[in-house]
Amino acid sequence: MDAITVSGMTVVYDKQPALENVSFSIPEGSLTGVIGPNGAGKSTLIKAALQLIPVRSGTVEVFDQPYKNQKQLIGYVPQRSEVDWDFPTNALDIVLMGRYRQIGWFKRANNKDIKWARACLEKVGMEGFAKRQISQLSGGQQQRVFLARALAQDASIYFMDEPFAGVDAATEKAIIQLMKNWKRQGKTVLVVHHDLSTVEDYFDHVLLLNKRPVDCGPTQSVFTIDNLEKTYGGSIAFLQKTTPAGGR
Amino acid sequence: MNYTLWIILTGCLVGVTCGMSGVLLMLKKMSMIADAISHTVLLGIVGAFFVSQSLNGLPMLIGAAVVGLATAFFVESLHRSGIQSDAAIGVVFTSLFALGVVLISFIGDQVHLDTKHALMGEIAFVPWDTLQIKGESYGPVAVWMLGTVLVLNLILIAVFYKEIKISTFDPQYAKLIGVPVAFVHYLLMGMVSLSTVASFDSVGAILVVAMLIVPGATAYLLTDRFITLLLISGVVGILSAMIGYGAAVYWNVSIAGAMASATGLLFLAAFLFSPKHGWLMKKAKQRRLAANS
Repeated sequence: MDAITVSGMTVVYDKQPALENVSFSIPEGSLTGVIGPNGAGKSTLIKAALQLIPVRSGTVEVFDQPYKNQKQLIGYVPQRSEVDWDFPTNALDIVLMGRYRQIGWFKRANNKDIKWARACLEKVGMEGFAKRQISQLSGGQQQRVFLARALAQDASIYFMDEPFAGVDAATEKAIIQLMKNWKRQGKTVLVVHHDLSTVEDYFDHVLLLNKRPVDCGPTQSVFTIDNLEKTYGGSIAFLQKTTPAGGR
Repeated sequence: MNYTLWIILTGCLVGVTCGMSGVLLMLKKMSMIADAISHTVLLGIVGAFFVSQSLNGLPMLIGAAVVGLATAFFVESLHRSGIQSDAAIGVVFTSLFALGVVLISFIGDQVHLDTKHALMGEIAFVPWDTLQIKGESYGPVAVWMLGTVLVLNLILIAVFYKEIKISTFDPQYAKLIGVPVAFVHYLLMGMVSLSTVASFDSVGAILVVAMLIVPGATAYLLTDRFITLLLISGVVGILSAMIGYGAAVYWNVSIAGAMASATGLLFLAAFLFSPKHGWLMKKAKQRRLAANS
């Protein structure tokens, strides 16, 4: 079964198309990397699929149902730079935001929610930082707080926007661990990624995107030099150096 | 209760009501919308007068809320259509305010509402305008209005505390997890509009901006916790009113002006001496670091 099906998605910024008629589907339980050059619309694709930005046209289905009926199944890790880390609150509070649907309107987080949130912090190696003011965390630690918040949601499908951007080795390890755990639990994960050298290690599926989808499918058959050439245009000499798939 | 105490109470209510709603705008990085709303509510007040033929509390509150929300809506719509948000604020607030100024001239001598009063307010008159029910006097109308708005604001903040917090920190994520982000946004705009109009009589359209923005900015220098930020902001508002009144009596100057100046002085004090984010602490820290290396 397909976890996500996007059909005919077009997004326009200031008359410039950011995405043109993008259609693809992601099988349930897959770990998919969204790959493409800068400005290819990778982050835009995630935001458009989650209806966080206005789209010109296109539909999104989640497990063959319209997206709007399935929102509760979706977890999201935005780019770290999209929020103000000077906001007056601590790490635990941010993670508790992930429990919003479970806590519900008008109610406050109870002990069970707090325990849950702490467990999520522990899973990303941040148990010692629960009460730490978020502005006093390093970039990698902030990213892990976002991971813990996504974990706290206990979603079936996770969207992650450049989670590896500017993080330390420990955080990178925590992210990989988390993605593998999610895969083992049968969850579907879609990750915007730009480091071509790690694509084959991290992802079993790849969506190659440059405003339009170039190809989408299992990494072995899609992550080829031909396809990368189509996606990245002329910069292929650089690609051959960094990509193990260069010979295929 | 005597005249002086009524004035101090009114000032404190202005301080705490504006301080607590203004700080929420500051966190949303929308402080300047407070400036816009504080001016455009004039149109709401004038409009309410045309409809109800009086300057009663309730029609004024409704008129201000409607125009305040309309201001926020127009700014948002213009911004979405591609106009920079500061320009959008400038366009919307000057045009709606100008319309209010024009309409005021039609009212003429019928009631005590003129441009100067609207801009500067006159807290010294507040105790004379009392709530009359069957010949009995129940204290100044301004105090009743401010009290009502304060209680309403506190209830709304308490009920939507979680929603306000999430949608301020990360609106996109909030939208995804089912927080009614747009509703919360207009709720805040409504709270700011009501706080503004309730404070209008006392401090006027210009100085109310000081009460909306400065206490929050001061509190921001003093704490790293959301709830404490709200509380400190309210307390700074109250302190400003008290210090301002004292200063105004001592030097025989404008009460509202002195209160607004007091917010500025408190901000300056926090800016210099805050234990966490103050200028002196930062300097001392830099010196320590330099000495160690």
